[in-house]
Amino acid sequence: MSAPLLTLAGIAKSFGGTRALVSAALELYSGSTTALVGENGAGKSTLVKILTGVYQPDAGAITLDGKPIRIRSPGHALGLGISVIHQEAVVFDELTVAENIFVTARPRRFGLIDWRRMRADAARLLARLGCTVEPTAPLKTLSVAQKHVVQVARALSHDSRLVIMDEPTAALSHHEAEELLKIAQELKLEGRAILFISHKFDEVFKIADRYAVFRDGLAIEAGHLRDTSIDALLKAMVGRPVEEQYPRSQVSPGAEVLRIEHLSRRDEYADISFSLRRGEILGVYGLIGAGRSELVQTLFGVTLADSGRIVLHHETVRPEHPAEAIDLQIAYVPEDRQHQGAILEVSIANNLTLPSLQKFARWGWLDGRRAEAAAAHWAGRLQVKYASLNQPLAELSGGNQQKVVLAKWLMTTPSVLIIDEPTKGVDVGSKAAVHQLLTDLVRQGLSIILVSSELPEVLGLSDRVLVMRRGRLVGLLSRADAHAEAVLRLATAA
Amino acid sequence: MNHLKFPRELLAHRSAGLALITASLFAAVTAFYPQFATLANARDSLDDTAILILLALGEMFVILTGAIDLSVAANVAFTGLCVALMNHAAPGIPVGLLLAAAVGIGACLGLLNGVLVWQLSIPPIVVTLGTLAIFRGLAYIISGGGWVNSGDMSMAFMDLPRRVWMGLSLLSWLATLSVALAVIFLRFSATGRHLYAAGNNPKAAAYVGVNVGRAQCIAFMVCGALAGLSGYLWVARFAVAYSGIANGFELTVIAACVIGGISITGGSGTVVGLLFGCLFLGVIKNALPLLGVSAFWQMAVSGAVIVGAVTANAAHRTPRQRILEAADP
Repeated sequence: MSAPLLTLAGIAKSFGGTRALVSAALELYSGSTTALVGENGAGKSTLVKILTGVYQPDAGAITLDGKPIRIRSPGHALGLGISVIHQEAVVFDELTVAENIFVTARPRRFGLIDWRRMRADAARLLARLGCTVEPTAPLKTLSVAQKHVVQVARALSHDSRLVIMDEPTAALSHHEAEELLKIAQELKLEGRAILFISHKFDEVFKIADRYAVFRDGLAIEAGHLRDTSIDALLKAMVGRPVEEQYPRSQVSPGAEVLRIEHLSRRDEYADISFSLRRGEILGVYGLIGAGRSELVQTLFGVTLADSGRIVLHHETVRPEHPAEAIDLQIAYVPEDRQHQGAILEVSIANNLTLPSLQKFARWGWLDGRRAEAAAAHWAGRLQVKYASLNQPLAELSGGNQQKVVLAKWLMTTPSVLIIDEPTKGVDVGSKAAVHQLLTDLVRQGLSIILVSSELPEVLGLSDRVLVMRRGRLVGLLSRADAHAEAVLRLATAA
Repeated sequence: MNHLKFPRELLAHRSAGLALITASLFAAVTAFYPQFATLANARDSLDDTAILILLALGEMFVILTGAIDLSVAANVAFTGLCVALMNHAAPGIPVGLLLAAAVGIGACLGLLNGVLVWQLSIPPIVVTLGTLAIFRGLAYIISGGGWVNSGDMSMAFMDLPRRVWMGLSLLSWLATLSVALAVIFLRFSATGRHLYAAGNNPKAAAYVGVNVGRAQCIAFMVCGALAGLSGYLWVARFAVAYSGIANGFELTVIAACVIGGISITGGSGTVVGLLFGCLFLGVIKNALPLLGVSAFWQMAVSGAVIVGAVTANAAHRTPRQRILEAADP
């Protein structure tokens, strides 16, 4: 067997207290496609960022052609022949297709950029990829799939020896994905090494010949795909028994609170129906791009459904704005705490009272003392650890920030709480506290829709699990049937 | 390739629409005052707009990278005073040397902005708000609050920008030359293209190996150098220097960029569009008084054009999209 093109050994990387990679190892061979699989949070993205020089590893060794190297910067990675096709196209909307392809290596003549040659070279690369867009078209006129092809063309323009594809098909339609996979196949046959990161097992088995499994920042196993099976891969990905860590005591849900009937929105999700009962946690699981967040955004009035019905407390509702959803006693805790969920620079008290200011107002003027008392009450009830309510939220730990975000919505006394990735970026100890809190809340009669890409969390907390794939509801499993492998299988269509 | 079809698609093109407005304004004035369309007046108009063009070019570089420079006019005042004082103290220094000194001093001030933005990652608007005050303050200090009048400057110093070669004044030549160099730099040099990439999508730029901070620093330095040059030209042309010259002119400069279609969020805009933006403001300034329209109406008209231009760009997006785009990190 030939020697690997690139080897990673013992790579570790931490951010603050979180260890994204503990000890990662990987071997990539020329003329071979290696699939890297693992759950969300296994450390795949961190690894890609190390390979492309965005992050420097804390420990470990990288060898290229048998020589130890350090990848200093993204530009350096390109120089070494390492290209990435990112999940979200890394492109420049205002520049032309040709310039997007050659943005790192524009052809020159007498020291000046040779636009004519750039266009001709771009046309040639695009033709080779079977893409019909004009090299002179502004990139913003292209579809998402075409933007991905432009990225592939960029990798080809460098004659890259290693092409990393980071969930390249997540945002593509079935047909577009097929085309991209065909291109990946050709790149391999030309003798390049491909690192293919995907959640979709059908794709993995179609184009890869080797695999590596990561879990919790560790390389778990690696080898030839022909020696393994989907079941074995799933087992290696999931790894641990999950149910026991969660504080869920069986409760008997009450009357129906919310019913969704055939809800559809173009290009996002289609024909979704389910119901939610009092005191129930409904888990919503799916891969990135499955339409989970899009669905709950409609429930919260951020977007409107094209068709279908939302029935809340036996009445058809159609929130057109988040404020209307709040009036209907729906609360939404978004995934991205720093940008959507909280204002980090502002005090804890102000964050807490923001959505319910109306309640503390008398003739339009705020009763500061009442607001503060309520803030203190809720911060205490959720056991937020703080020095003063006037502290900026940024000074709290991730877990405590999440408690404040939760408390702020609980102050609006919702009947349905939608929570998106509740423990993303939260340390292990606080995770358990957030989980305990959610369990306590349903015991008090709240109904929760829990959107999470962390499988153990969904399985551990939910009474029922709704699985989505490519905008469709593909399974609604009871707690007893919702096993890790079954859910993953539905989500990935393996 | 993509030929523009008249008239709708041509009008959709911002600089073309602007050219149309400018041309019709020009035609309207000419109908009343035939002498407005004479070659002599065109030459004067170019002289009048030359400094605005130089400053707007520099500002365009900065805005392309997604930054903004509020300190250009303060740079003009400080650098202009510096060279005027030098000329007063030592009339023997060749004016060419003073011109070079002005470019150098201006570039240093721009470099200061650039380094603060790059190395300390302070938002450009804050950095240049600070340096604006610093430059103005220093201008006041070095001049002791006094004026350098025409009597204090040498003839050669005041005459140079007016000297005519091949039908154009040096002032106009400098503007023309700078425009030509800017077109070549922005179109045909890797660094020039990096300014666009950095402003269009800073994250993607970093991924393809473009150093965004460095690109911004270069833009600030170019902007500073052009502001320094304009400092000398301003002082020599108006034959007076004091710490308050060009007060508030940075807003006119930024307005020329916005009207000329330079995206205020960075990443798009052309030198041709910018020229039309400058000419538009120039025509308004020269033509409206002839029509008996007051200076306050001039401000209102250019303001309305800015709002109109921005509205046209935003119109095709729905409010909801705008909110969600804004929420996107």
